[in-house]
Amino acid sequence: MMKSTVKAFVFALAALALAGARVDGFAQDVAPDALVKTVTLEVVELIAKDKEIRSGSRAKLVQVIEAKVLPHFNFNAMTALAMGQGWNKATPEQKKRLTEEFKTLLVRTYASALAAYSEQKFDFRPLRAKPADTDVTVNVRVLQPGAQPVTIDYSMEKTASGWKVYDVMVAGVSLVANYRTEFANTVRASGIDGLIGELQKKNRSLERADKQEQK
Amino acid sequence: MRGRALFIILLVANAGCATTGGGNYDDPRDPFEGFNRGVYRFNEEFDEWLAKPVARTYQKVLHQEIRTRIGNFFSNLADPLIGVNNFLQGKFEDGVNDWARFAFNSTFGLLGIHDVASEWGFEKHNEDFGQTFGRWGAGPGPYLILPLLGSSTLRDGLGTGLDIYLDPMGDVRPINLRNSLIVLRATNLRADLLEASRILEEAALDKYVFQRDAYLQRRRSLIYDGRAPREKIE
Repeated sequence: MMKSTVKAFVFALAALALAGARVDGFAQDVAPDALVKTVTLEVVELIAKDKEIRSGSRAKLVQVIEAKVLPHFNFNAMTALAMGQGWNKATPEQKKRLTEEFKTLLVRTYASALAAYSEQKFDFRPLRAKPADTDVTVNVRVLQPGAQPVTIDYSMEKTASGWKVYDVMVAGVSLVANYRTEFANTVRASGIDGLIGELQKKNRSLERADKQEQK
Repeated sequence: MRGRALFIILLVANAGCATTGGGNYDDPRDPFEGFNRGVYRFNEEFDEWLAKPVARTYQKVLHQEIRTRIGNFFSNLADPLIGVNNFLQGKFEDGVNDWARFAFNSTFGLLGIHDVASEWGFEKHNEDFGQTFGRWGAGPGPYLILPLLGSSTLRDGLGTGLDIYLDPMGDVRPINLRNSLIVLRATNLRADLLEASRILEEAALDKYVFQRDAYLQRRRSLIYDGRAPREKIE
């Protein structure tokens, strides 16, 4: 059971990674479900075609994610949600650094997840929402041979610059909710600066591991 | 026998908790954190020194195609019991679907190695006794880490006991064959998850907490078959 949870989580990350693509002047008025579909298919295709990524270039993959996916995520909202009550106690400077470190960690992890799961088939579900809604859930299913399809629910909010993802729930596991306890524990033990430090440490060690891998 | 072994494990787990108490942060869902972390460390060591290396070798030696067939074979054997659980939860259509899967895959799918049922629109389900108890109204109870089996709760642990007791693999004789099949099934599963577990390790600040929260969220969602009322995060 634990293992399938692990797998679900990785799908969540892959899903996050697949969730956005910047199409200039297009994102503003596009429906959230159409946005998810366009971006997912675009990113999957990009990965399939790119020789560097296929041969394992992490740097190139991160580049694709930053260009295509990041514009559709509201990392500020994600960090605030993951922080919970602690968010209000942070100074603007702390908020900025937290968001930056959290983003780095997520992007790095998406890259790994994407590399592992880009060859799955997707089933885009019709949106069940009223046209006036400003907070919707877009459902996608990842079909895999011989196993139950994995559901991906994108929580999206309408903003002035188009629909933005603020949480992804994969196989019922909310990514934002999953960081909550970890963040709260660290803040309780060593304060907000302690959490920033932990995230930095984590990001640096992952960076080092990447470099070693490339050697 | 198998069931009894699991109950003993659960008893020991509970006894241990009573004395060790919680960890550094008292999470009401995980009152036995101190004890759980102990079992967790044991599982991690086992994984690091035995399960993972074996799975890596297995992955290198056997082609992906063959590993998928092996996975399908075991997945097919699990479908009848998944159907039973769907019936017990009152989901008769799903139960019939699961038994139809077993019938088609065992015959046309050559003992299950080809998942033809999925291609024909009979979807694979995820059910077990822990979920059935949850559907009947049982709460998860305290979070538990079971030796070798990993994340669980009191409710899911009891469910797993029944799952293991009724596992068709247990009736295979001779014993040597049974044991080999069980090891093969576990190895195949672990090999499937090599990449996933590496990524989890990278994403988590505290792997124990990360895994626990994901497990609890996941089980809640499974009990509602993916339609759980959303827990509001403020």
